[in-house]
Amino acid sequence: MKTRTSDPTVEQVVKKIAAAHREQRGALLPILHAVQAELGHVPKEAVPVLADELNLSRADVHGVVSFYHDFRAEPAGHRTVRVCRAEACQAQGAGHLVEYVRQMGLTLGRTTEDGSVTVEQVFCLGNCALGPAVEVDGRLYGRVDTERLGALLHTTDQTQRHGVGATPDGSEAPRS
Amino acid sequence: MTQHPAQPHVRIYVPRDSAARSVGADEVAATIQQAADSPESAIDLVRTGSRGMLWLEPLVEVATEHGRIGYGPVTPDDVPALLAAGLLDGGEHPLRLGPVDELPWLARQNRVTFARVGVIDPLDADDYLRHGGLTGLRTALKLTPADVVAEVTDSGLRGRGGAGFPAGIKWKTVLDCPGELKFICCNADEGDSGTFADRMLMEGDPFLLIEGMTIAAHAVGAREGYLYIRSEYPDAVATMRAAIDIARERGWLGTSVLGTPLDFDLHVRVGAGAYICGEETSMLESLEGKRGMVRAKPPIPAIEGLFGKPTVVNNVLTLATVPVVLAQGAKAYQELGVERSRGTQVFQLGGNIARGGIVETAFGITLRELIEEYGGGTRSGRPVRTAQVGGPLGAYLPPSSFDLPMDYEAFAAAGAMVGHGGIVVFDDTVDMAAQARFAMEFCAAESCGKCTPCRVGSVRGVEVIDKIVAGEQRDENLALLDDLCDLMTEGSLCAMGGLTPLPVRSALAHFADDFLGEVAADKRTEGTA
Ligand SMILES: Cc1cc2nc3c(=O)[nH]c(=O)nc-3n(C[C@H](O)[C@H](O)[C@H](O)COP(=O)(O)O)c2cc1C
Ligand code: SF4
Ligand code: FES
Repeated sequence: MKTRTSDPTVEQVVKKIAAAHREQRGALLPILHAVQAELGHVPKEAVPVLADELNLSRADVHGVVSFYHDFRAEPAGHRTVRVCRAEACQAQGAGHLVEYVRQMGLTLGRTTEDGSVTVEQVFCLGNCALGPAVEVDGRLYGRVDTERLGALLHTTDQTQRHGVGATPDGSEAPRS
Repeated sequence: MTQHPAQPHVRIYVPRDSAARSVGADEVAATIQQAADSPESAIDLVRTGSRGMLWLEPLVEVATEHGRIGYGPVTPDDVPALLAAGLLDGGEHPLRLGPVDELPWLARQNRVTFARVGVIDPLDADDYLRHGGLTGLRTALKLTPADVVAEVTDSGLRGRGGAGFPAGIKWKTVLDCPGELKFICCNADEGDSGTFADRMLMEGDPFLLIEGMTIAAHAVGAREGYLYIRSEYPDAVATMRAAIDIARERGWLGTSVLGTPLDFDLHVRVGAGAYICGEETSMLESLEGKRGMVRAKPPIPAIEGLFGKPTVVNNVLTLATVPVVLAQGAKAYQELGVERSRGTQVFQLGGNIARGGIVETAFGITLRELIEEYGGGTRSGRPVRTAQVGGPLGAYLPPSSFDLPMDYEAFAAAGAMVGHGGIVVFDDTVDMAAQARFAMEFCAAESCGKCTPCRVGSVRGVEVIDKIVAGEQRDENLALLDDLCDLMTEGSLCAMGGLTPLPVRSALAHFADDFLGEVAADKRTEGTA
């Protein structure tokens, strides 16, 4: 996931994405996902451009962006760590992980000052038999204890990238 | 050993299911590939879905003349010893489990919807066909739409997404609507904690869901379908997208499906982290590119659904069960189950459980059998204190209720719900006042905000529970909580606000002591001492 693009303006990026998705029915969500994938967040400046492109009011677009937990107004850190706090993970000690995060001086929902990591809570990652579950940059980890969480929080950027890249996430060419 | 030139490579199976990967399946696969791939012992490594015995993941299987022999749970460090012990011939080793199909946990189940999950390569279309894929669709395409609908109705199949509405009746409503533009929408939002069967089905047998949606399209006269998958499931999204592309190439989707006059195409849409978008009308709003606000019913989506057009909205498992119903006949499916709960349910054992995973059996099995016999009790080894059944809006049941048969009506009569079949087990260290508080907190966080009892009542609910636990005017606040629960139950537009009182009230009814604050804490310490 790219965090920031410096060259093209937000307006250019958003217009290009909107053009690519415009013929889809109800295109706003796919467009917002694409904007976030490209820019790392949905900047405020994107709202009027989208309103214009899709013939909606700014309030409509803003209403949608703010309704969904996934869309960020600010870029996330280099890594995003999401700790599951839903019932099945609670039953397996997710509370200890949250406690540990706090002890590390991190706040759920915040990015560290140096921009290295964003820690968030999430409600169910579909790994409820192997909890507590944690997701790091889109990759799922099961049976995470505080030691493992500590390691995940401290993995250097490079190893993390490698870890994600090495997974058969299905975006690979399908087997023939 | 002399190698026969035509001898096929040894086939090794390692899951690519995201739960299996979350405990190291990718690393195990890579280690096996590296270690075993020499000229003398070339292997074919197949990445399957998961068999659903999640405590055994990563589960490695090897094809032998005695069937597929399993080993698990395997770590990368185990691989050299496993190979030395003759893994490729199914050799003895402490991790050896024997023929996987004969493991009692699996053999006792009745895998209908999940028959292929963990067995086949999810994205190998030929593997799908070899294992009976498309039989249901081919049968359906020879029948009139009305006959397909009748078959689904006769099977007794009810919606697996929670409410249990008969699928055939919903389809008939859409079929009877006039108009050219109709939609099939698959609800793959699976936001409930303790449920993961939709995810496993999409990752493990995506063509089955495509086949089910195509049958639905033929049955009601739809030409377009949408699959709404939550963003928390990136692997399911990728697998479904890849499967749809393959299906188009093969002529299983697109114009003239399988050479018949049916035109049907399918699109994947990704949610954006809102639990309420699992509610069907909220999902439709989201698909239309709007805030996921719940719509008042009527009109029901079957009549005015996506973009105001007649729409079938069904859960992943509902749609994925349809091909089996068509292939094997309504009667075969209908003969399974009890009373008005026919066929099989895919139960999901999660939380603090020794053997968590997928148990597909006919309705009528008891919670006790699921938790104790299949699940083996808690993972912590401590006594089971409660199980929450049917997701965050489901009741917390005490062990004294565990003999209740899994049956929509029996559960409803007992003030509980089967829901999506998720079962979350807790041991005796759980604080039930905290769980009740969480139910309210979750509702407050995830409410769409349209109605006051849900939006404001849930916030008040958290405050009132805090006061009760703090010992502030306990009796008055307990009465207030009761009122609040009544108000939410009766005054909410949808089941988010309407069912949140269920976990709260069941916690209070069965575990009242936990609401005594410090008194309760003392009691618990006594209990554990
Ligand atoms: C708050 C709420 C959340 C829901 N979440 C889901 C969900 O994640 N998946 C699902 O299939 N149904 C969910 N439902 C049920 C759907 O509204 C709807 O009944 C279902 O998708 C219909 O399909 P079915 O008849 O095949 O079950 C939810 C309902 C409510 C009220
Ligand atoms: S009950 Fe809650 S979630 Fe449902 S419509 Fe009302 S406010 Fe929205
Ligand atoms: S509750 Fe944490 S993964 Fe489902």
